[in-house]
Order: sequence, then C-alpha cells, then structure tokens
Amino acid sequence: MTYLAKPTLHHPDLPTNTLGYTRRDYEGAVSTLCAGCGHDSISAAIVRACFELDLPPHRIAKLSGIGCSSKTPTYFLGNSHGFNSVHGRMPSVLTGANLANRDLIYLGVSGDGDSASIGIGQFAHAMRRGVNMVYIVENNGVYGLTKGQFSATADRGAKSKRGVVNIDSPIDMVGMALELGATFVARSFSGDKAQLVPLIKAALTHKGAAFIDCISPCVSFNNHLGSTKSFDYVREHNAAVNKLDYVAGQKEITVDYAPGKVELVTQHDGSVLRLRKLAGEYDVTDRIAAMEYLAGHYAKGEVVTGLLYVSLDSPDLHDYLNTVEKPLNTLDDSELCPGAAALQRINAALR
Amino acid sequence: MSGTVKINDFVVKFANINGSGSASANALFARSIIRMGVPATPRNIFPSNIQGLPTWYEVRVSEAGHLGARDGVDLMVAMNPQTWDRDVASILPGGYLFYDNTRFVPEEKFRPDITVIGVPLTSMCNERYSDARLRQLFRNIIYVGALSALLDIDASVVEQLLSEQFHAKEQLIAPNLEAFYLGRKWAIENLDCPIGLRVRRATTVGERIMIDGNTAAGLGAVYGGATVCAWYPITPSTSLAESFTRYCNRLRIDPATGKNRFAIVQTEDELASIGMVIGGAWNGARSFTATSGPGISLMQEFLGLAYFAEIPAVIFDVQRAGPSTGMPTRTQQCDLISAAYASHGDTKHVLLFPADAHECFEMGAQAFDLADRLQTPVFVMLDLDIGMNERLTSPFDWDDSRRMDRGKVMTAEELEAGRDFGRYLDVDGDGIPWRTYPGTHPTRGSYFTRGTSRDEYARYTEAGRPYQRNMERLLRKWETAKSYVPAPIRRDAAKPARYGAIYFGSTADAMDEAAGILAERGMALDLLRVRALPFADSVMDFIDGHEKVFVVEQNRDGQLRSLLINEGDIDPKRLIRVLHYDGTPITAQMIVGAISAAFAPAPARELAQAAE
Ligand SMILES: Cc1ncc(C[n+]2csc(CCOP(=O)(O)OP(=O)(O)O)c2C)c(N)n1
Ligand code: SF4
Ligand SMILES: [Mg+2]
Repeated sequence: MTYLAKPTLHHPDLPTNTLGYTRRDYEGAVSTLCAGCGHDSISAAIVRACFELDLPPHRIAKLSGIGCSSKTPTYFLGNSHGFNSVHGRMPSVLTGANLANRDLIYLGVSGDGDSASIGIGQFAHAMRRGVNMVYIVENNGVYGLTKGQFSATADRGAKSKRGVVNIDSPIDMVGMALELGATFVARSFSGDKAQLVPLIKAALTHKGAAFIDCISPCVSFNNHLGSTKSFDYVREHNAAVNKLDYVAGQKEITVDYAPGKVELVTQHDGSVLRLRKLAGEYDVTDRIAAMEYLAGHYAKGEVVTGLLYVSLDSPDLHDYLNTVEKPLNTLDDSELCPGAAALQRINAALR
Repeated sequence: MSGTVKINDFVVKFANINGSGSASANALFARSIIRMGVPATPRNIFPSNIQGLPTWYEVRVSEAGHLGARDGVDLMVAMNPQTWDRDVASILPGGYLFYDNTRFVPEEKFRPDITVIGVPLTSMCNERYSDARLRQLFRNIIYVGALSALLDIDASVVEQLLSEQFHAKEQLIAPNLEAFYLGRKWAIENLDCPIGLRVRRATTVGERIMIDGNTAAGLGAVYGGATVCAWYPITPSTSLAESFTRYCNRLRIDPATGKNRFAIVQTEDELASIGMVIGGAWNGARSFTATSGPGISLMQEFLGLAYFAEIPAVIFDVQRAGPSTGMPTRTQQCDLISAAYASHGDTKHVLLFPADAHECFEMGAQAFDLADRLQTPVFVMLDLDIGMNERLTSPFDWDDSRRMDRGKVMTAEELEAGRDFGRYLDVDGDGIPWRTYPGTHPTRGSYFTRGTSRDEYARYTEAGRPYQRNMERLLRKWETAKSYVPAPIRRDAAKPARYGAIYFGSTADAMDEAAGILAERGMALDLLRVRALPFADSVMDFIDGHEKVFVVEQNRDGQLRSLLINEGDIDPKRLIRVLHYDGTPITAQMIVGAISAAFAPAPARELAQAAE
C-alpha cells in the first residue's frame, strides 16, 4: 500500500505563526500507527512545538532508527528532510549530519529498543560527545514493531501481555544521559501535553545534547495490568518535579506565579524556561543532585518527570572540534583544496 | 669463502626486536641508497605487538627499478637472537651475515657457504655511552655506519639525511653523526670494505618521491575535499586517518579564524564510523572512513543502506589477512568479495584498486568525485603492503583548474523555478537521480530517506513494481559507473600472445617484473591491470581475446577471479588462478614459477613424469 500525504488545503481561519505557516505546515503523512499509540501524541507535540517556535520546517532534519517510534518522523514535519536509518544507529547518522551542517536543527527520534537495547552504545557516545540535537526516546518498554518483546527499559518484574515476566534489571535512559554529560535532560509522558510541548520547545532551543525520555504507552502490547509503562501506571506514579513554560527570547516575561515557587532559566539563545517548582528545592542546574533525586524516587516506585537537568552555555561537539562557523557542506574548492603549489612543496619534502 | 658480487641489485634484511628503535635507523639506511639514485624498496614485517617480538625490515635494492618483494636475502643484519636460526637460513648461498660479535656465537650457528661479518656493536656502545637508552638507539646508527662502509654508501648522503631529519632539533645531529662515524670507521679499519654487494651512484630514482600509500591516500582525501572523517583505529589503516589529520592541520585551517575546515571523530566502533560517514554524506559533506577487513564486516548493514539510499560514502579499506585477530599485520588482497557485495539484499559496490602510492593519492581524491557523481559508496582498496610501506612513486600532481564534481544536486533556485524533483527519478537515463541537501528550500525538494520502500518521488510504498523499477534503475547506474571509474591499463607483449594475465593493486610491481622474466624465457604475456569494479567492457574483451588468462592475486579463493566470472559471465575454465596468500607480499619469482608451470605444454609434462 502507498501512504499519501494529507491534503494541504488550508482552512482560511487556521492561525499562522510569524513565518506565515499554519500548524498544518508542520504535519506529515497520515500516521499508520495503532489508534491510541502514545507515539502519535509525541508527534503532535513536536508539530505544536515547532509551530509555536516559528521554526522554518526545512531547517530541521529528523532522523530515526527502526521501530514504530522511528517510523513517526514520516508523520510530522513533512517539509523537512528525514532519514530512517538502521536499528539502533540513528545517533551516528545524526552526528555525521550535524558535522556536515551545523546550521540545521537535528531532531533524533528513537525507541527504547532502538536506543536502550541494540543502540545503547551509540546513544551513550552521542551524549558524551555533546552533539547539538534533540534526542527523544519514545519509551514504551517493549519492541512494538516486532510485537511486544521486552526492551531494556522494561522494569524487572513487569509482566508482558503474554504473561512473561521480565527478569532483567532496567536501564534508566535519563540516569545514563545525566551520567554521560547530556546538557539538557528531561522526562515526560506522551499523555501530558502541557508538560511535553514546552519541554520539546526548550530542548529545540538548547545548544548541546538535549535528551527527552518520553514514556509512551504501547496500546497493543504494553498497556495492561502488570505493565509499568501503561497509561494508568504512569499517571498514578508520576512525580513531576516542575511544570515548565517556555518563553521565547525577546518576549516579555510576565510573572503570574507566586514568587519563590518559580525558577527562571535563561538559555544561551535568550529564551527563558519558567519552571513552576513542584518538588520543593529541586535545582535543575545541579547534576549530582538530579541523579540522587532520581535514584531515590525510583526506589519508591515513582516516575520522576519534568526538566531534570539543564546546563547553560556548554560547548557542543563543533566547539570541541573547533570547526569553522560556515557549514562544512558549503565550503568550496578554494577553501578545501590546498592546490598544486602546496603539493609541489610536499613532493619536495618527500625526496 | 668469497661472497657474491652484486652491484645495485640485492636484498638486505634487518632482523630486529620490536620497540628497540631500529625503525628510523633502518629507514635512514634505505633512504641513503635512494639518495645515491638507486631505487630501494623497504618493507616492514612486523607482529601485532608493541614491544619485544621480532620484526624485520627488508630493503630490496634494484637499479632496474623492481619494487616488488624478492625471495632470498643477500645480506642479513641479524640483530635478534630469537630469530637467529631462521634468519641465517634465509641467506642465499654466497650471501653475507652481519652480526654483533660482542658475545660469543658458537661455530655451528653459522653456515659455511656465507660470509660472516662480526662487529662488536654492544661493546662499542657500552664503551661510548653510559645511558641504557642511548646505548640501544645509537647501536642502530652504529650498524648503519658500518654497513655504509661495507656497501660503499657515500657518507655524505647520510650526513645530508641526518641534517634534514633533525633540522628542527639541531642538537641531535652531532650525536647521530658521531655514532654513524663510529661504526663506519670501525668497519673501514677492521674489515674488508666494500664487500661484494655494493651501491653505485645511478640515476634511476629520478624525480620520484618516497611515501607510503596510507599517507598518500590521506593527502588525496584532503585534495579531494573531504571534510568529515570518522574512524576507528585498526592496523593497517590507522595511519591513513592520521595522515588526513596531519595534513588537515597543516593545510586546512582557516587563516583568518584559526578554525578547522574539517571534522575528524575517532568513533566508538566501525558501525559509528560508517554511520557518521553516511550522515555527513547525506547532508552534503564529503565524508569518509578508513578501516580494514574486520571493520568492513561490522559495517555491512549500513553499507547496504548506503547503497539503497544512494549515499556517496567513501571507505578506504586497507586490507590485511583475516580474521579479526588472525594475522593483522600481514598483507593480503582478501576483502574484494566482502566489499563488492557488502550487506544483505542485492548490492554491488564500486571498488577502486590503487597499485602504488601515487594512485592512492589520485584515487583518494577521485573517490569523492565518483561517490558524488554516482551517489553510492565507493571503496578504495589498499592493502598493508602498499598502505604501510614507503615506496618510490612518481610525484603527485594537481591541476588547479580542477573542481570538485558534486554530481546531481538540485539547488534552491532550480526548485524555486519549478524544476520537477523526484529523489529516485531517472530523468537523465543514466540511472542516477537528483538529490537535494537538507535545508535547501522551504517548501520544495525535501524528501524522506529510507531503504527501498518508496517510489520515484520518495513516497512511502511497499508495492512490488516500484521496488523492482528501483532495483533496475540501480543496475543502470552500475552500467553508467563503468564509464566513470578508472579504466584498466593494458600492456601487450611485443608479439601477439596466446595467454594474458589480469592483476590489480599491490600485485602490480611483482607482476611487472615477472612479465619481464617470462618474456625473456619465451612466455610473453599480454597484461591487464584492472583498476576498478565495475569492470569496463574492455576487461571482458581482453579475456575473450586470449586462450587463457592468469588471474594473479593475493588471497586463497581467487576473489578477483570470482568477480570476473560473476560480473562478466566468464567460463571459469578460462581463468587460471595464480594465488599467493601466506601473508607476505607476492614476489615475481612466485608468479614466474606458477605461470611457467601452467605454460609448459601438457604432453611434455606427461613425458617428464613418465621419464621419472
Ligand atoms: C538489525 C536489526 N535487528 C532487528 C530488527 C527488528 N526490529 C525492528 S523494530 C525492533 C524493535 C523496536 O523497538 P523500539 O525501538 O522500542 O520501538 P517501538 O516499536 O517500541 O516504538 C526490532 C527488534 C531490525 N530492524 N534490525
Ligand atoms: S504496536 Fe505499540 S508502539 Fe507500535 S504503533 Fe501499535 S501501539 Fe504504537
Ligand atoms: Mg519500544
């Protein structure tokens, strides 16, 4: 079968952003995922975040691995280049793309199988390199596309739909991202748009490796009793540390929260993250405290969500590599080829 | 016993211990001969080890210009007691043995048919130097000094080389010269100098330069406009990425800002290397990796994606004997099949076969044009022998009017003007579609990259017809590639020959020499050196034009032969295997032996057997 893009006729009343695009301009082809799949909610949140941020769709490159989650880039940002790569290896393809053109925004979409099982190595190394990107793991604890086997994020003791109990200890991607040096780390839930959309916006404007672990229930294989990634389980055990509002650079900041409970974090591009603190003294700039906090709440069976850590003004891979400002893919012969005279000198030194 | 007399035509082999600092002294020895105008070809034979195991350095001196390896040793410089017996055994009758006679070596350890030259290297060192490290380092220079006297090498060229080598660290020149003259004087005063093996000034080196293939290929990548390099260390390819790094640091820094016009990432494994190369190339930067067989094995899945997604990735494969920890420091041409058909599904890849450092440079640059033009992975197939050994080669040249060929890339202006864009649409009939770089145009030209589940306009479909159309287009592209890749080089015998020989890459030097010997013995052959896959039609014409064709290569299974049979529908009986695969470089003697045996008319051989 052939899937077609949605008709692009716009309703005249659809609101436009400052670029003149409507929300529809950020959508993609009609999703073919199961009705109710958490991944579709994440796609919708991405669409909204990009629309609200006034991002030119073609300046975003979306890359993924393989899985139901990795199929989603077809269903959003239809005017962006996309790359459905191989299972577990999106991070390296994204890194290479980023090296080639530092001016685009890179959005990596992956699954828990894709990133925590087969791709854990590439996930880890992309984080520690500080690749400037948004990396979203659509985490359902199972392999959706191969029909419900456990992934490496499934909790020990979780029961699959077929009644199999997971015996392996889970990998917490958020904990790993913190450990490995990601400079923006968040967790959210596909069912919580109010939390997710601002997080994606903040991640998109963050310079450096921004990681979002988004719990995204698989309605076909992991949404039953005994699952720890189901809608009901996550709602019951969600312990949000903060509620985030994203305020773009130049806009005026209106304070409508009680002082003392709001923390303002200004990112390098001038955008402001306004955090309504839910969990007492939680400090989003303290990496060590974040790791401790996570571990403590995990032990209590709670799923901590919100913006967990952000480091401002940290260098990215291009800074470390000291690459020129101009994208490498635009350098021409005169900038790249040392020419015949230099070669003659090299010859002379080799005699 | 009086030794063999050979002027400008002999093999000197140094038996050393890994990590003893012999490499630079040995290189000084080889270069001094070249500076006298006589071609000398060094080869390193080394173990997969950093310190303590045996290594050899073999220098073939050949005024006639034979650069291939040769069997047998004329002068053995035996500096390693561990390998003494086999080193002594490898000396040709009438040859020479040079050794350190500080310690007593019993009579039975020598051979009566060779000339033995003892020099008390260790005691000379101990007398002169008190520091242990200096004793070891200068011992090597002292033997170079002694050898210079024995072989009649001009001291002035060594002086010149030392002053060039240490021009940045001048304080090192005097002590090195002192050690050199210590050895040279001792030899002149105590030995019959020169011996029968002599270097006499000649002019056959000419304009040639001395460089290894990896360094040349890394430089080629700089000239070819590569900006992204992602690699994982593996012998024998490591020095290629290092060469690229070194030359970039010299030649590719923006003078205004001090920033790099390149990005080099040492990755966590070869999967990440090829992934980054694919990502970079997809996004319009010339990207490459350098690896060896084990890396190619790991990259298989990604290479298939690159083929189907039509990504211009460049892969330098510096081949070595398999498997992963088999004979990592021994040379072979053994990755042809795994590179040519890398990955699952129907795939075929473009391979280039450089035969020397000059071609490593040329193809190292050209690979990027080909990859962009053909939108497909391009492999440059070096091997340890040409990759890691310095060799005389013709100087590099570059035409300043040459421009990178970025292939069919649709621009924002063309898209804006309404030009039809279908990522997998064959508009030109050559099987090569147009592509766009991400971010080109706000509303036109974006597409979704995936394996094959799409139609000509990159729309998702799993239907059979579009899949098949795409596969057929890829075959048309393969046909097109034949006219773009480097053409084979044919050299016919003086008179029409019944038999031909096909060979490639590092086999070329030995094959050239063998062909000369065979012609002298009345077995002249027509020669064809293939330089790329897909094979040009002229390769098949060459096979058609000969009764039988020897396929000479350095692997067990006749991998080039298999490719010829498969790609050209050739009757296997017409292609005769000439195979060398013990990990050492192929020699002319081996080729001559194998081909002469096959040349012998069958009835004559039967007769000979009957007579026995
Ligand atoms: C090398 C390789 N092995 C196995 C597969 C089969 N496979 C496809 S998707 C998938 C798991 C995907 O799980 P996840 O990343 O969690 O995505 P989800 O479908 O749950 O969103 C597997 C094992 C594959 N495509 N490639
Ligand atoms: S199988 Fe699960 S993950 Fe895949 S589309 Fe269906 S609900 Fe979503
Ligand atoms: Mg999953």
